[in-house]
Amino acid sequence: MDSLRQGDDMNPDDKSKLTFVGGLFVLLAVFPMFSGQYGIDLVGKIMVFAIVALSLELLVGGTGLVCFGQAAFLGIGAYAAVKLSPEADPASLLWLLPTAVLAAALYALFVGALSLRTKGVYFIMVTLAFAQMAYFVVHDTPLGGGTDGIYLAMKPVLGDVLDLDRPTAMYGFTLGCLVAVFAFLAVLQRSRFGRALAGIRVNEQRMKATGFSTYPYKLAAFTISGAIAGLAGFLFAVKDGFVNPEIMSWHLSGALLVMIILGGLGHLRGALIGAFAYVLLQEFFKSEAIWGPFARHWHLGLGLTIIAAVALLPRGLVGLPGELRSRLSGALSGRTTPTEA
Amino acid sequence: MDAHDKHRSEGEILLRGVEMTRRWGGLVAVDKVSIELRRGSVHAVIGTNGAGKSTLINMLSGEFPPSSGSVELLGSDVTAWPQARRARAGLGRSYQRNTIYPGFTVFENCRLAAQATAQRPWRFWERADRCEVNTAAARQAASRAGLDGVLDRQAGLLSHGQKRQLEVAMCLATGPQVLLLDEPLAGMGAEETERMLQLLGVLRAGHAILLVEHDMDAVFRIADTITVMVNGCKIASGDPECIRNSPEVRTAYLGEGH
Repeated sequence: MDSLRQGDDMNPDDKSKLTFVGGLFVLLAVFPMFSGQYGIDLVGKIMVFAIVALSLELLVGGTGLVCFGQAAFLGIGAYAAVKLSPEADPASLLWLLPTAVLAAALYALFVGALSLRTKGVYFIMVTLAFAQMAYFVVHDTPLGGGTDGIYLAMKPVLGDVLDLDRPTAMYGFTLGCLVAVFAFLAVLQRSRFGRALAGIRVNEQRMKATGFSTYPYKLAAFTISGAIAGLAGFLFAVKDGFVNPEIMSWHLSGALLVMIILGGLGHLRGALIGAFAYVLLQEFFKSEAIWGPFARHWHLGLGLTIIAAVALLPRGLVGLPGELRSRLSGALSGRTTPTEA
Repeated sequence: MDAHDKHRSEGEILLRGVEMTRRWGGLVAVDKVSIELRRGSVHAVIGTNGAGKSTLINMLSGEFPPSSGSVELLGSDVTAWPQARRARAGLGRSYQRNTIYPGFTVFENCRLAAQATAQRPWRFWERADRCEVNTAAARQAASRAGLDGVLDRQAGLLSHGQKRQLEVAMCLATGPQVLLLDEPLAGMGAEETERMLQLLGVLRAGHAILLVEHDMDAVFRIADTITVMVNGCKIASGDPECIRNSPEVRTAYLGEGH
């Protein structure tokens, strides 16, 4: 009976996770009061990356599907937001946001339906191919406005309540979306659907033999992930006020994978931490104030740091406290053993 | 006619494979093998490595379709059904290698298996471990397989014998009528083997069981019917006494020394 009731009172591990994530969200909520425009802009960007990273974590860490084309869904959400906004009046958030999300979800449904028939490396390559297809639809074509991209004339509003043209409103709305996505995925993870995805990640064959038709499960996960990425794309476009083809490039798909690996696969927190770590490291190595002319070669510093981080922390930044604790206790016990003996 | 009457008294046929053949390119792994599994009996399939036993199980469970022949489950032709659908219709199988989820607890392994009978994936707001239907089935299956004491242990940390028990428990958690067990005794010690045989003895009552096993003592003790396969062909089938005395089986499988 004990393990059945286990869920009623939280175990200490869950509690510390909740404290961490709750604390992070509170910090993000009060951050604009202490920060200038640059900080608000940067953290806003990080939060949008965190939302896409979370969507990818659902696939990679949650289901075991390594998708190398997440940027496509992000880009479709962004392009839908810009293309569908009327020129003269601000669009209402109520229809523009769902439409952008739906557009990304539909493309994900299409890509997923075909690519999920393959496995492993082939799946990675097929998702990349579909993302490149989407990229070349907007790259140097009239539809995408060429390499320069297209501008969003009027940012969407929600009646008189919310005007996303105001930076703090945009920041608050992004944070709200991030919290909602995180909460949704956390609930999903514990549900029967989430547990089935976890089973598919560990051993899909066994899941089939048990009676789960795994293909619809994977397709549902893929579509949900695409929809969330579309939401992030919408936020990107509205925040920056323009969109260019780079948002769909495979570099970004790769960077998103690096984020969740850096943060720690298999944990939603990992996607949050990874997005912060990646963007902040990028800012750090790009800073001319610190690196002078060498800042041009920021890829080098970022790459070396990530290699070092992955080599030293195989479970990602999420595993850092545990790693430190075991090192520390190892060092302590190493010192105390001789005196005890 | 006599044989027919005798079989009828033994229990209804739950799973039937008819003239199943599986070719891999030029190789015929299983050649026109027919098999019947009845409720209340253990049907053992024995044969040397490469005789086609696992291929037979895979065709029955639907891992891949037979090249020719058909499979009937509970009276319906399921030859074209994918594996998951057959499993939901009452066909449970265990694997020769452990296919438990090593990172999950013993309870969660069983619960996830039990979930297959009440999947309801759209109810995403409900916590999986709060669904009483699944948790009760999981608990019962673990208990039948003798895993009561280790429900909260991580499955990867179990002893080898306990992992084999868990493999069977996960199979039971879905409430199947037919059990296809691929070498459940592999690598088990004497005591663990004894426990597993007792479990199979209990399970026999409500299930039709197919047992692929190398442990001959165990097979001859527990099986009601034994089918002997050599190079993909069925060379004999009958009760243990008749198999023990069959000259073909002796030369082909048990060795000339017998």
